[in-house]
Amino acid sequence: MTGEYRLAEGGRINRDRPVRFRFDGHDYEGFDGDTLASALLSNGVHQVGTSIRYGRPRGIASAGPEEPNALVQIEEPFPEPMLTATTVELRDGLVASSLPGQGRLATEPDPARYDAINAHCDVLIVGAGPTGLAAALSAARSGARVIIADADTEFGGSLLGSGEALDHAPAGRWIDRVTAELRDTPDVTVLPHTTVFGRYDDNYLVAVEHRGEDAFTRQRTWHIRAREVVLATGSHERPLVFPGNDRPGTMLATSARTYVHRYGVLPGRRAVVFTTNDSAYAAAIDLHDAGVEIAAVVDVRPVATTLWTARCVERGIQILTSCAVTGTSGTDRVSGAQISPVPSADSAPTVPSELDCDLLLVSGGWNPAVHLHSQARGTVRYSEEIGALVPDSTPRGVRSVGAAAGSFTTGECLRTGSEAGRDAAREAGFGADTAEVPGAPSGPVTPPQPTWLLPGVPAESGDEQFVDLARDATVADVRKAVGAGMSSVEHIKRFTTIGTAHDQGKTSGLLSSGVIAELLGVEVAQVGATTFRPPYAPVAFAALAGRDRGDLYDPVRVTAMHDWHLTQDCPFENVGQWKRPWYYPQPGEDMDSAVLRECHAVRTGVGMQDVSTLGKIDVQGPDAAEFLDLVYTNKMSTLKVGRIRYGLMCHADGMVFDDGTVMRTGEHRYLISTTSGGAAGVLEWLEDWLQTEWPHLQVHLTSVTEHWATIALAGPRSREVLARVTSDIDLDNDAFPFMSWTDGTVAGKAARVCRISFSGELAFEINVPWWHGREVWEALYQAGSDQDITPYGTETMHVLRAEKGFPIVGQDTDGTVTPHDLGMSWAVSKKKDDFLGMRSFSRADTVRSDRKHLVGLLPPADSAVVPEGTQLVELAELPEPPVPMLGHITSSYRSAALDRPFALALVKSGRDRIGQTIYGHVGDRLVPVEITEPVFYDKEGNRRDG
Amino acid sequence: MMLIPCPWCGPRNETEFHYGGQADVSYPAEPQQLSDADWARFLFYRANPKGIFTERWNHQAGCRRWFTIRRDTTTNEIFQDDSHEAVTR
Repeated sequence: MTGEYRLAEGGRINRDRPVRFRFDGHDYEGFDGDTLASALLSNGVHQVGTSIRYGRPRGIASAGPEEPNALVQIEEPFPEPMLTATTVELRDGLVASSLPGQGRLATEPDPARYDAINAHCDVLIVGAGPTGLAAALSAARSGARVIIADADTEFGGSLLGSGEALDHAPAGRWIDRVTAELRDTPDVTVLPHTTVFGRYDDNYLVAVEHRGEDAFTRQRTWHIRAREVVLATGSHERPLVFPGNDRPGTMLATSARTYVHRYGVLPGRRAVVFTTNDSAYAAAIDLHDAGVEIAAVVDVRPVATTLWTARCVERGIQILTSCAVTGTSGTDRVSGAQISPVPSADSAPTVPSELDCDLLLVSGGWNPAVHLHSQARGTVRYSEEIGALVPDSTPRGVRSVGAAAGSFTTGECLRTGSEAGRDAAREAGFGADTAEVPGAPSGPVTPPQPTWLLPGVPAESGDEQFVDLARDATVADVRKAVGAGMSSVEHIKRFTTIGTAHDQGKTSGLLSSGVIAELLGVEVAQVGATTFRPPYAPVAFAALAGRDRGDLYDPVRVTAMHDWHLTQDCPFENVGQWKRPWYYPQPGEDMDSAVLRECHAVRTGVGMQDVSTLGKIDVQGPDAAEFLDLVYTNKMSTLKVGRIRYGLMCHADGMVFDDGTVMRTGEHRYLISTTSGGAAGVLEWLEDWLQTEWPHLQVHLTSVTEHWATIALAGPRSREVLARVTSDIDLDNDAFPFMSWTDGTVAGKAARVCRISFSGELAFEINVPWWHGREVWEALYQAGSDQDITPYGTETMHVLRAEKGFPIVGQDTDGTVTPHDLGMSWAVSKKKDDFLGMRSFSRADTVRSDRKHLVGLLPPADSAVVPEGTQLVELAELPEPPVPMLGHITSSYRSAALDRPFALALVKSGRDRIGQTIYGHVGDRLVPVEITEPVFYDKEGNRRDG
Repeated sequence: MMLIPCPWCGPRNETEFHYGGQADVSYPAEPQQLSDADWARFLFYRANPKGIFTERWNHQAGCRRWFTIRRDTTTNEIFQDDSHEAVTR
């Protein structure tokens, strides 16, 4: 059975290219140019699944992105959930199934490519129907850079489905001519099948272009910055609320017309047309002429338009004015419609008459697509005239026109579109004129009669009157919300879920406002509508991610020695964007045993670590010393050239935010180091003060992090190893003391060597130009091979520094910790008039005696490591909540040197409680921990000179 | 995505910038002479108006300069001709 509902000719499908597809396990045939929905309808399939809450059969209700029902899961070519059958392009081999509720994501990686592109234009036109095409023509001829995008696979909008004539010729000719001219105009970008789904500040619009399954990139996200935007987004037909309005075979009237004209498909054999406005008459006439029997046009208005009445009479179509459809029958498909007169004050109740039909066309009026207008912060107002929301204010650089602005005749759309294109181009600075537009037939129009709740329909039937088909939400649900006292449309939306489905209320939004207004007895204008938020239509995350996934998700920074680390199969720790070796496991080792081995090597022999990631900032200028005195808590102006000092930086509130070393490399020059993750923030902070507060200081800052590869060589044997690869540096302790630096040659390369130690052991930091990093690293590794030189990672570095009580900013501090809290008052100068943070050290809050101090903690020697983050409490048994918290563990490790677990913690009044035992709350146990000094190893500092 | 006018580089996407909060909160001349209340006012008190706000931005992914603009916080409209290199915080 293929295509028994397909017309013998007509439509914009390619009949030479039949397409085979499978839906819900059945094989069907359609044509190239079909959507999944039109192909199903051509095979007589209306029902595409069941509803999400009640499991009621549901059918194809529209021919576009407003579709509330026909959600499908694509299985082949690649699994994709929650697409509307009305927007899925038919292709050979397509396999899809109906989808009640949630879809299924693919479990395998998507083989398709997704991409992004940035574009700038003078005029962006959203929508390529009669309005958008006319606008584009005016704008393009002015020489402006124009982008015109339309969600549909081809341009033409409503003209594609209406069979209208322009200048007495098929509209398609005009569409083709205009599209060709646009394509041939330089600086015009023509984007079919591209949905502009969001408008953001300063006319930044984002669109997704569907390039097809066979394209190099399947979808492409466009980031468009436009001077002017013309919104020619058209309008959506609104369904009507009546009992049984969800039966398959119930369809928006103009969508049925589209199926006839665009796809050559008859959506049924015998139709009842139910309307509140003129537009459905065109559908009735066109369907009749294509071979559908029209049982009746049911119009709620007392009088039908003369022109349409005449056309119906010519064809023998009966018109029932002042009538409404008040019920339907049928099991899986509508088989009849009950018709009742609209009751008036003096009319007696009547028994509805039933008309047989397999198609029920509805039209409740038209909603301008004001989504992007609203996203641009444009306000809307309710127009009594058309019974819909129309743009009210005009946001900067954005104009709505055509049906999107409430103009529903083709002639008016063409004329106003052409003017809008001209005006937008002029606003963007181009001398534009209106392009000529073709003539479109038009006639007198009888005003629509906005209809929300049908009078005379009993309230009991409310649970069969669907307001939002996608959410299975009914008049009864709205009644319940209103009954519970809700009157705000935003509250009722959240209570009933109306408008929250994939279609974001394209058909149900205003309908629910109308129903609410009637139930509350107020005007629709008072109820208003919910907020229109991006995206206008669902967008795949894959399209938004584009190429920014996997390795390209975020930039990765690696050091000059990275490739060597890779040869060691070491796991890496992410520090900001840096990849740092975490530990270097030997065969059979886990992390704990590797770290214990590495720690032992540094304490007893020699280890080496890649510390290139530490931030480095070159500070130059005659006022460099004065500047550093202001930003560090310690005094840097007294530092001698050739010497190094540890420094702390605080925000003005006195809280530590970074630390590092300061080397004086000249009278007017320093090289400061920052934490690996804090480098960019420190530079920005320093620039801030230099540029805005102290612009009189002559200082320049340069990030030199990636100029220097840095190797820490640490351990009692480090001097011996370094001596083997340098001949021009005197490594003797007196000649090259702790906290000094010298220039020389290491492994044949110019190097700057520092006596800095972050482990407490004798240590050197060797800085060489980045591109020599690996060479020097390997030379040192080679030089130490007979000493069993041990590369170590960040974990061992953490353990070694914690044994010495050196805090890590950001781990042992959290933005609420002062240098005094850290026990580092020695790093806070008392000789300076001012520095950032100084005044805050005498605030009432920072001089409290019960502030949290950084202290050491010793759990029982034979216990496990107490997890970092563990909360600390006073007693061995928890009292009734609330339990007073004393602080938490910030660093916790097992020490190779001490052969036991130990920790650092921030503890209330910790320094005054040394020797006392408190408790860590681990799982459902309380572990005793003794408060100690934070320095666990070599308290006297004897080891740093070797 | 606001289009922010950097006085040095011209209009650039918001993602290139880092926000700096209220402008013209200058560092007190003699912090040590201030009362705790006045110092706290400098540290913690910031305006949060609905409407026009004078604020600081840093062109972090560009020229790294700090500058000041006026922005309407209800519409994000930036008064383009008004941006200038900041000389106060």
